[in-house]
Amino acid sequence: MSPEVVRPFPDSEEMEISFGPQHPATHGVLRVMVKLDGEKIIEAKPIIGYLHRGTEKIFERETYNGAIPHTDRLDYTAAATNNQGLVGAVERLMGITVPPRAAYIRMMLAELQRIASHIIWLGTHALDIGAQTPFFYTFQEREKILDLYEEYCGARLTLNCMRVGGQPFDLPAGWTDRCREFIDQFPARVAEWEGLLTNNRIWKQRTIGVGVISAADAIEWGLTGPPLRGSGVRWDIRKVFPYDHYDEVEFEVPTGAHGDTYDRYLVRMEEMRQSVRIVRQCLDRIPDGPVLAKVPKVIKPPKGEIYFSVEGPKGELGYYIVSNGEATPHRLHVRPACFINLQALPEMVRGYLVADLIAVIGTLDIVLGEIDR
Amino acid sequence: MADEPKVAPQEPAAPKPPWEEKPVPPVPADAREHPQVAEIAALVPDAVADAVSFAGQVTVVVPAARLADVCRACKDKLDYKFLVDLTAVDWKERAEGRFDVVYWMHRHGKSQRLRLKVRIADGVELPSVTGIWKVANWMEREVFDMFGIYFGGHPNLERILTWEGFNGHPLRKDFPIEGIDTGAAIYPDVYPPGGGPKKEGGEPA
Repeated sequence: MSPEVVRPFPDSEEMEISFGPQHPATHGVLRVMVKLDGEKIIEAKPIIGYLHRGTEKIFERETYNGAIPHTDRLDYTAAATNNQGLVGAVERLMGITVPPRAAYIRMMLAELQRIASHIIWLGTHALDIGAQTPFFYTFQEREKILDLYEEYCGARLTLNCMRVGGQPFDLPAGWTDRCREFIDQFPARVAEWEGLLTNNRIWKQRTIGVGVISAADAIEWGLTGPPLRGSGVRWDIRKVFPYDHYDEVEFEVPTGAHGDTYDRYLVRMEEMRQSVRIVRQCLDRIPDGPVLAKVPKVIKPPKGEIYFSVEGPKGELGYYIVSNGEATPHRLHVRPACFINLQALPEMVRGYLVADLIAVIGTLDIVLGEIDR
Repeated sequence: MADEPKVAPQEPAAPKPPWEEKPVPPVPADAREHPQVAEIAALVPDAVADAVSFAGQVTVVVPAARLADVCRACKDKLDYKFLVDLTAVDWKERAEGRFDVVYWMHRHGKSQRLRLKVRIADGVELPSVTGIWKVANWMEREVFDMFGIYFGGHPNLERILTWEGFNGHPLRKDFPIEGIDTGAAIYPDVYPPGGGPKKEGGEPA
């Protein structure tokens, strides 16, 4: 429901500009061909593929555990949830049950990852719109999460922190204490950032009523994750098709009402708090026991096909595996959340100003590594 | 506790937790009678060529000629408003058609998902479903780009991940994994489409 395109100067010339792919506000190598009338957007056409690495082709020659590091590089701000999707799919294809301790470790890693991903989103989105300060504060917190990851698996960004059948390592001594320390102080930080933005007059002017998409349109365009919830659809894979032990922890699925950039901002801020809540429950409940199920040395799923999805920070991240009984997948397709969310961009910016295009790209929270694969 | 046994009771052989057992993989089962399949069969005649359920997911094989009708009925009458995923699988050696095109739909009311599958031969055009689900637009472009499957009636069937002038379809099984030297389309006289840089005299470098 974008505003009608009214051309202020009907006899003026339309102008077409290429926005990106090397523009810092496009969050990577996204190129948008924008047709403008003055500052109004008549048509926007995203052009993608600059980061295409043929990941799905590479999957076909990798073993299942060997494919996990490649998933780190899809949405490189959320490696843990990417791992979680792939190992979950293979486990369901083989009928493996994951030990509860491993499942709880996975949930903690995934929720910390959601916080870390939303932190990047908040910092860069605010920076794009002109609020420079939150960027510095947010990245300070992200650093603490990356330290926790480094302590667990040695890596900070491309984690490779899950295996088919469970977890590669148990938690190091003292990790839970440091994790608890982090989540205890974190809600105060979120409140601090909200203090900078939520009632900030400039922030509200730049985000309220910008990039509006209705709930029906959002479903039609296949949006998932915060962009869908911002339009008021209560939809979260963790609730609809619970995996790991998400059915045992309590959390809310925040939704917006207007489907604009401001509501999506509020949804993500609340999601960070809910993730803290989940991590805290995991820390309280995590049982002792093994972290890896009894799995064969060579992972050879039976013939068959499966689709399994997790709620990534960006939306529904799905893996579709077709196995013909060999140690490498016949086909491993990724259902990328960002790719499909980005498709709605032209709908969401038509009739708005160029500056709003930046806001909408930011609010969709795209990562080109996942879009181009 | 009079009849307490004299020997210390053996720990009753506690069933091992499932993660210590050998995993039991799911088995495919015929799903023609499954309610989600029966609904479709009732609405569209000759729509269900085969139906399999595997690991709790139902797959319906639809003849290519009925695909548009089935998708339309699923969206409008059966409430599958959300097309989650659309992709293809290459079975190069298969006699009854090289490609599987796979549609994975969701309905919010009942939280159910259903997979439609169409088997087509190389070079056969499928009807586009962009008129039914808008989200299919980029998904079909990706399938076209990666597999070379044509979708009739698509508003803008262009390559999406590779560039214009790229030769070949990377996810086909006969496309070499190390890639092909395609040149760069922006300098067509130096790098002609589909080939590497040319030496003088037209020989590839």
